[in-house]
Amino acid sequence: MFEVIAFYTFSILTIIMFGIVVLSKNALYAMSALAGGMIFIAGFFFLLGAEFLGVVQIVVYSGAVMALYAFGMMFFDTTRDVKENIHYKKVLYSLFIASAILIVIIMSAPIYSANIEAFYPAVIDGVGNIQMVGLILFTKYLIPFELAAVMLLVSMISGILLVSKRMEMNLTEEDHYEEKGEII
Amino acid sequence: MEWAIIIETVIKAVIVLSVVAGMAAFATFIERKVLAYMQRRLGPMNVGPHGVLQLAADGIKLFTKEDIIPQHAVKPIFKIAPVIAPACAFTAMAAVPFFPEFTVFGYTVTPIISDINVGILFVMGVASAGMYAPLLAGMSSTNKWALLGAARTVIQLLSFEVVSGLSLLAPIMMIGSLSLIDINDYQIGGFTSWLVWKQPLAFLLFVIAGFAETNRTPFDLIEYEAEIVSGYATDYSGMRWGLFFVGEYANMITVSFLVSIMFLGGYNPLWIIPGAIMILIKISAFIFLFLWVRAAWPHVRPDQLMWLCWKVLMPLALINILITGIVLI
Repeated sequence: MFEVIAFYTFSILTIIMFGIVVLSKNALYAMSALAGGMIFIAGFFFLLGAEFLGVVQIVVYSGAVMALYAFGMMFFDTTRDVKENIHYKKVLYSLFIASAILIVIIMSAPIYSANIEAFYPAVIDGVGNIQMVGLILFTKYLIPFELAAVMLLVSMISGILLVSKRMEMNLTEEDHYEEKGEII
Repeated sequence: MEWAIIIETVIKAVIVLSVVAGMAAFATFIERKVLAYMQRRLGPMNVGPHGVLQLAADGIKLFTKEDIIPQHAVKPIFKIAPVIAPACAFTAMAAVPFFPEFTVFGYTVTPIISDINVGILFVMGVASAGMYAPLLAGMSSTNKWALLGAARTVIQLLSFEVVSGLSLLAPIMMIGSLSLIDINDYQIGGFTSWLVWKQPLAFLLFVIAGFAETNRTPFDLIEYEAEIVSGYATDYSGMRWGLFFVGEYANMITVSFLVSIMFLGGYNPLWIIPGAIMILIKISAFIFLFLWVRAAWPHVRPDQLMWLCWKVLMPLALINILITGIVLI
């Protein structure tokens, strides 16, 4: 009974939060609601007994990703409402709603939903949540895991390269050169 | 049976909330007194014996002060932001074991609200979600000092999360569990089995990161009054302003508990001193260290802070993990 109450509370809160994200015209409201929604999703993981994933959801999405969004938002005036440039409102909304309903129907259709099963179900007794994730990650899903690691490394190196093109110059020197009219 | 667990959890949560909020309030008084004695002043003296009742006076002032909201602020976010700080700080305490088990009227009480098996990760993660309080406060105030404070908050907290996470990884590799109770039981063998002797570098890094994450001096750049007035809290007054500081002091207490449990033997009894007294001594000593550092050291500059974090502390933490891994193999 306790789990049912928790599930419905978290579902209602999550839907309300993501509703605000989509419907609000104020960037600050949308951002705060998105952060809140991410935390409420972690509640589902805790209910399902996957504490590790729940905590990772809080740390990664709410802690890191959303904070970086927020950092990006600081360059704009987030207090004013955004003017959206939409011409055919009816077509847009009906397309959105239709595709959402379609996805729900496909996922909940008996042909599909009865056949969903994990390729590599993790059933190892006497092993905790984290050990299980580690075992699966480094045996059955090793190649995708390593590929993701390589992709992250590539993006990190390209990020550093993009930022550090003129790192050997410091800002005062640059001003000095610009005064002289030289192009660096 | 289910109801019994729910009632027990609610009672524990109320006790933790009230005791820690009280401790946080008392810590402000202790802070003023300790700073005063270190600077050869007397500190608050007039209200009650040695100024103890200053606490009540401050509380009355905070609660009755007018709640000013700037005209152009984004009002809902501006109002919610201060609540996030204490909410996250107290939620983080749900997975902290405060004392050893004890028995009251034949009923065994475990003084932890919820023993989840990723305890330490939960505490760190939820405490880090507390960064939304200064962040949203700064962004909704429409004030340049507040915005600068918010930007510094994000940079500082995100950077030092990396250091604190990596520094905890090495001791966790030795213990093989993330549950704070397991971590405590690992050091059950007395003074010599404390993890601080096996992982001195990780201890040092975690303490430094703890200072930065609770934004104490020398790393309190996000509300450094000489540069950015009062940072994210510039526009706040009354109880909303007070809530930020309840959160900050609650975080200080959480960090003290984490350090004591991870590195300093936790609530294991030492010699003839029982475990509950032992952990209280460690917490008090650590809070005193926070205040001592504040009295002794100046601030650092933001660029020095980033240099320290990414070029000194993070490589050290990585080397520590590498050495621990080699030794363990």
